Amino acid sequence: MKPVVFKEWKDYTPGNPSDAFFGKLVAVAAVAVVGLLSAWYMEHHGHWVTGMNNQIVWGMPHVFAVFLIVAASGALNIASLGSVFGKTPYKPLARLSGLMAVSLLAGGLAVLVLDLGRPDRLIVAMTSYNFKSIFAWNIFLYTGFMVITGVYLWTMMERKMNSYSKQAGMVAFLWRLALTTGTGLIFGFLVARQGYDAAVFAPLFIAMSFSFGMAIFLLVLSTIYESKAFGDFLMFKMGRLLGLFVAAVLYFTIVQHITNLYAAEHSAVEMFILVDGGIFTALFWIVQVVAGGLVPLGLLFPMGGGLTRGRIQLASMLVIVGGLAQVYIIIIGGQAFPLVLFPGMEVTSSFFDGVVNGYTPSLPEVLLGVGGFGIAGVLLMAGMRAMRILPEDLSDKAIDPHYTE
Amino acid sequence: MSEINRRKFLEGLASTTAGIAIAPGVLLYTTQAKAAVEGVSSAVRWGLLVDANKCSKDCNACVTACSKENGLVDNGRPTTDPQWIRKVDLKDKKTGKETSLPMMCQHCAEPPCVDVCPTGASFKRVDGIVLVDRHICIGCRYCMMACPYKARSFVHEAVTDQKPDIPRGKGTVESCSFCVHRVDQGKSPACVEACAAKEGAMTFGDMNDPKSEISQQLAKYPTTQIRADLGLDLGVRYRGI
Amino acid sequence: MGTKGKIRTIIAFFVFVMALAFGGASLVVAADVPQPVTPKGKECVRDAAFMRANHMNLLKHKRDDTVYQGVRSGNDGLKDCVTCHAIPDDHGKPVGADDSRHFCRTCHDYAAVTMDCFQCHTSKPGGVSK
Repeated sequence: MKPVVFKEWKDYTPGNPSDAFFGKLVAVAAVAVVGLLSAWYMEHHGHWVTGMNNQIVWGMPHVFAVFLIVAASGALNIASLGSVFGKTPYKPLARLSGLMAVSLLAGGLAVLVLDLGRPDRLIVAMTSYNFKSIFAWNIFLYTGFMVITGVYLWTMMERKMNSYSKQAGMVAFLWRLALTTGTGLIFGFLVARQGYDAAVFAPLFIAMSFSFGMAIFLLVLSTIYESKAFGDFLMFKMGRLLGLFVAAVLYFTIVQHITNLYAAEHSAVEMFILVDGGIFTALFWIVQVVAGGLVPLGLLFPMGGGLTRGRIQLASMLVIVGGLAQVYIIIIGGQAFPLVLFPGMEVTSSFFDGVVNGYTPSLPEVLLGVGGFGIAGVLLMAGMRAMRILPEDLSDKAIDPHYTE
Repeated sequence: MSEINRRKFLEGLASTTAGIAIAPGVLLYTTQAKAAVEGVSSAVRWGLLVDANKCSKDCNACVTACSKENGLVDNGRPTTDPQWIRKVDLKDKKTGKETSLPMMCQHCAEPPCVDVCPTGASFKRVDGIVLVDRHICIGCRYCMMACPYKARSFVHEAVTDQKPDIPRGKGTVESCSFCVHRVDQGKSPACVEACAAKEGAMTFGDMNDPKSEISQQLAKYPTTQIRADLGLDLGVRYRGI
Repeated sequence: MGTKGKIRTIIAFFVFVMALAFGGASLVVAADVPQPVTPKGKECVRDAAFMRANHMNLLKHKRDDTVYQGVRSGNDGLKDCVTCHAIPDDHGKPVGADDSRHFCRTCHDYAAVTMDCFQCHTSKPGGVSK
């Protein structure tokens, strides 16, 4: 294999008009700005202008934030495959993988922080810790991930440090596993709610991160590169990998629901999600399982006809949509189902005891969530322009060790 | 800068530094002096016993008293308006037996809200009262996710004209405080006082003191902790459910 | 310019900025400082110079004592501040922190320091601890 040549985005314009970068940057930055304005609106008026309330305390911002944070650690997969597992074809993409991981995490964290009741007290969150809280642990896991991935990027990009990149990659890989475990346990440790309180959330979130991160990575790559410079060999390889990850998510989803069904006290919440939960049931079967799971599997492991780039791109989009639905079901669905305080009793009160809690997201909170993608995009694009992140040539000739003309 | 001005400035600097140096000592002294006569003690465990047999479905006195005492304003938005205490009506699905009772923060000995709070704003006083230190609450609402009793409210909109003893503000989480400002002055919570004038279904007192009325009742009658399966050792106990 | 020269320039600039800052600080003592209305009592819990520099530390100390230890006596809590330092409006009623005449506001506006207290605490007189 020839040595890989990395370029800043401004140097990389095969077939692209010269303003491609700034056009895209403006579009992405607009999404981010709209998100920031939404956050300002929400903070200025207070959270009553959102769909969130005392029953559904975490809403759309948290759905997007958790999705982005989970996807962030997944975006690092490609780098790990190259550095830690020695899969040479992925090595040229390691830099982009690391940068994307940091960007997505920053986007997700920004949404999380901007939704706080007191975002002005971020400094308190940084200085005052309760180490019994998995949330406090996550603050270290997130900031640590940024630092470690930053160092990892440095070892990859600074020639003198290249010999350490395998070790740095290993630390980053272990750290991202810890990070996703921590994120999953934010829900897994909630003993109070029927829909959570399960350790399976840790591996489930890890599988989700593999899948979501890979899907985003594939879509970003196909947006940046035209097909001549980004060959089928690499694309199909990653597509099949995505298929494996999608299967893993489906597997852990089945485990999650089967374990919950096994406990008689949790059967009601399972009935709610799987059978008669209205929007949640529809989202679960139609969007998460079929559109975000089975259809991508069919596209990525086709029975008839071969794998195509279009199929991989479609599958990636479906995985993202299905993933957002999955996080929505976990976060909102888990809160919508009423807390069981008096088993065997019909419960009524002025505080919505015993009823399924409704949630109608307002526009600002959705825009804040989407804004997280914008913030991640701006960071990613700035990084790609300032640093030599993008390999010049990802064609089969450059990547495939068994390439023949 | 003139000579006099500079000297003044330096003097000011010196006295400020000295002041800071002295201040902690002075303050520490005064605090200790006070703590001898007032302040919380871990020998006490405040508790509340609710006799659901006496609680009538139509009575809302405890809720009204709480809102009045704590300055909880009804903004006409039931999903976001705070409720520190609420009346819950139960109907047994098999027997049809109806019960009514007040629900509020159960002041757990092992509070999940305290475990999950990232900054330590959720805390338990040594006398068992679970509170939010609003000074370091960042409004993440993880405690509301963790509370098995839906006892907590998030302040969804700006608050004005608070009661001097009940600071409340937008963007922080709050819940029943057992009227801690009253308890510290030797009084019982507002709901208990209001209930005493109507149904007399609530008994407040020190669960660690075997001579207190609540301890004697707890010793005499079978009582229930809601979601006892969680093993949280609640400060609020119920009779007749 | 060599490295030495650069360092010299930086030092000179630093000295200049510090001189400006301290010179300015000493000047404002004589200049247009807002004079808050004298409160009702004869004297504050500490002398005025100390209070000016350290009131926030006293308040923070008292706040933690009250929140965590239930210490509610003494005359050095925020409730006592806003009661003793109450400023009447045109109708003789005490103004809140939303009014620029409020005792705390007069200085804080001048010093451009945000007050967090009154986002939660009332800024008007009310209960005073015994």
